[in-house]
Amino acid sequence: MTEIERFALDYLPVIIFLGFALALSCLFIIGSFLLAPSNPDPEKNSAYECGFNAFDDARMKFDVRFYLVAILFIIFDLEVAFLFPWAVTLGTIGVFGFWSMVVFLGVLTVGFIYEWRSGALEWE
Amino acid sequence: MSAFIQEHGILFGTLTVVIQIALFMVVLLIALAFILLLDRKVWAAVMMRKGPNVVGPFGLMQSFADFGKFLLKEIVIPAGANKTVFLLAPILTTTLAFVAWAVVPVAPGWVVADINVGVLYLFAVSSLGVYGIIMGGWASNSKYPFLGSLRSAAQMVSYEVSIGFVIVTVILLVGSMNLTEIVNAQGGGIWTWHAFALDHFPLILVMFPMFVIFFVSALAETNRPPFDLPEAESELVAGYQVEYSSTPYLLFMLGEYLNIVLMCALMTTLFLGGWHGPVPLPELAENMPVLVNNLAALAWFAAKMLFCFFLFAIVKAMVPRYRYDQLMRLGWKIFLPTSLAAVLIVSGYVVYTGVQS
Amino acid sequence: MEVIAFWILAVIVGAAAVFVIAARNPVHSVLWLILSFFTSAALLVLIGAEFLAMLLVVVYVGAVAVLFLFVVMMLDVDFVELKQGTLQYWPFAVLIGLAFFAEIVMVRTVGVGTRLEPSPGADSNAEAIGQVMYTDYLLLFQVAGIILLVAMIGAIVLTLRHRPYAKRQNIARQTARRRADATELVDVTPGKGI
Repeated sequence: MTEIERFALDYLPVIIFLGFALALSCLFIIGSFLLAPSNPDPEKNSAYECGFNAFDDARMKFDVRFYLVAILFIIFDLEVAFLFPWAVTLGTIGVFGFWSMVVFLGVLTVGFIYEWRSGALEWE
Repeated sequence: MSAFIQEHGILFGTLTVVIQIALFMVVLLIALAFILLLDRKVWAAVMMRKGPNVVGPFGLMQSFADFGKFLLKEIVIPAGANKTVFLLAPILTTTLAFVAWAVVPVAPGWVVADINVGVLYLFAVSSLGVYGIIMGGWASNSKYPFLGSLRSAAQMVSYEVSIGFVIVTVILLVGSMNLTEIVNAQGGGIWTWHAFALDHFPLILVMFPMFVIFFVSALAETNRPPFDLPEAESELVAGYQVEYSSTPYLLFMLGEYLNIVLMCALMTTLFLGGWHGPVPLPELAENMPVLVNNLAALAWFAAKMLFCFFLFAIVKAMVPRYRYDQLMRLGWKIFLPTSLAAVLIVSGYVVYTGVQS
Repeated sequence: MEVIAFWILAVIVGAAAVFVIAARNPVHSVLWLILSFFTSAALLVLIGAEFLAMLLVVVYVGAVAVLFLFVVMMLDVDFVELKQGTLQYWPFAVLIGLAFFAEIVMVRTVGVGTRLEPSPGADSNAEAIGQVMYTDYLLLFQVAGIILLVAMIGAIVLTLRHRPYAKRQNIARQTARRRADATELVDVTPGKGI
């Protein structure tokens, strides 16, 4: 058995687990479809509103701020992604690696300060 | 586990793994039934009510009765909904919540998949939790779910970042992303647990706040009160779950509680020493058979997890809901800079004292 | 074993990628895209690059695809209308496709050919990457930081719009406020008022 095969085998339980979990969730829903009554009517199947019929489509345009949060999240997520291998090897790469990361984080902190000052983190 | 499969051949090894996984899932589900009850009981006790007490002794069978009820209810799919996505969302939520458990070590060697990047795997899977909510809210094609899913997406995403930084501080101290190794690094008694980190003395000033930040972020990540804005009853009725009924709703709830318990397990593993007891007793452990030792370890793990869950439950009962702008402020302006600074402090400590090498 | 797994996964990636462009509903497109990301992660695991696989899930599925889903679900764009003009761009599409194909062919023929070691000289992928990325590839690493900075500033400049009428809470001022600032004790004589 090669190194890589042994390695892929580590993940076999995860795949089996995934299959089991998926099967269980589907089973629940199928079970309910089989066991439960089903008598739909227009009122029951209409979207929930406070006593009115819905005026228009529920999907509407919304504040661009939500996109900004999502974009900023991607950037910080990448930052965290850079931190993981660094955190594991900090013992071997030592002081140089440490300061290299400090500079990297420093650059991003500049961005963070800009964000803060420009009010992008403010929720209105 | 891969070593096990190698020893016993693919077929037999895989079969054993399958049985183990099935067993693990059944135990998890049954435990969850009682944890759900515990949540309701704690909540009731704080309000000086009795809580569920009719089904079975002390209401112990309540969750099973609820399950039966959910199963026998009609699945209502709104006319304007996108059917596939509508049903896919709860399935996805529960499946992901289950799959995350594959890497959690509950006792020495008792882990379904002992992978090198365990922490990263958990981080990855927990970051996918947002999909179920966005999809559910969008597919319902109704206003309340839509607003709820929007809120929840921005909220989960905001706290994900600080969770990432906090995880990095723990990895820095251990030098590995394998969860078993992270637990083993905390085997020297309660003072070596990362929440206290007394073996790296001044670091308790950093690590304990990190534990608190992780706890609060976990609350936000799992949409628990005081951060339950996605399902704020008073304004959004039930948020993204408004249109759900029967087992699809059950799956959402199951996924949510699985995630909460997972966060408790993660807090236990990363900060509270995993399966280790507060005082190491090597002499006692040597004289016991392996199974007894493992069961004791499992008991410690479960006890710590229940303690964390008790914190979750008591917070739900006591703390008023946050306002949305306060929530965003807490995540981006307080937790993010604090945890980033903590990463720098801990790494500086690691480099200049040579902890990792 | 491994070969079978590879072919199964490869077929899923290919099929999912086709469905991304074939699906009529843009939300379904994104969901197919997520499936293909996932399967690519599984392929990476198969060649032993578990760290990259997890990063693919964290960054692409956990962050980038969430943004995509956000945009197609919530932004009120008429996709049928949007699709009408796309056919005129087919020469570009073919060109890009050819370039990609050429790259893949080059990797197989000109490139290394033999299988690469997933974690040379280290216990795990992450360590192997960490040992070189922050020291040997210092410059590239810092450039990555600057790119992220530019992205951050760009996103803010493009999307941030202030609403002057919004009332904000000044938490410091609120907590600094004492009773003496807000209330005044007045002795009111009967029949006179203040």
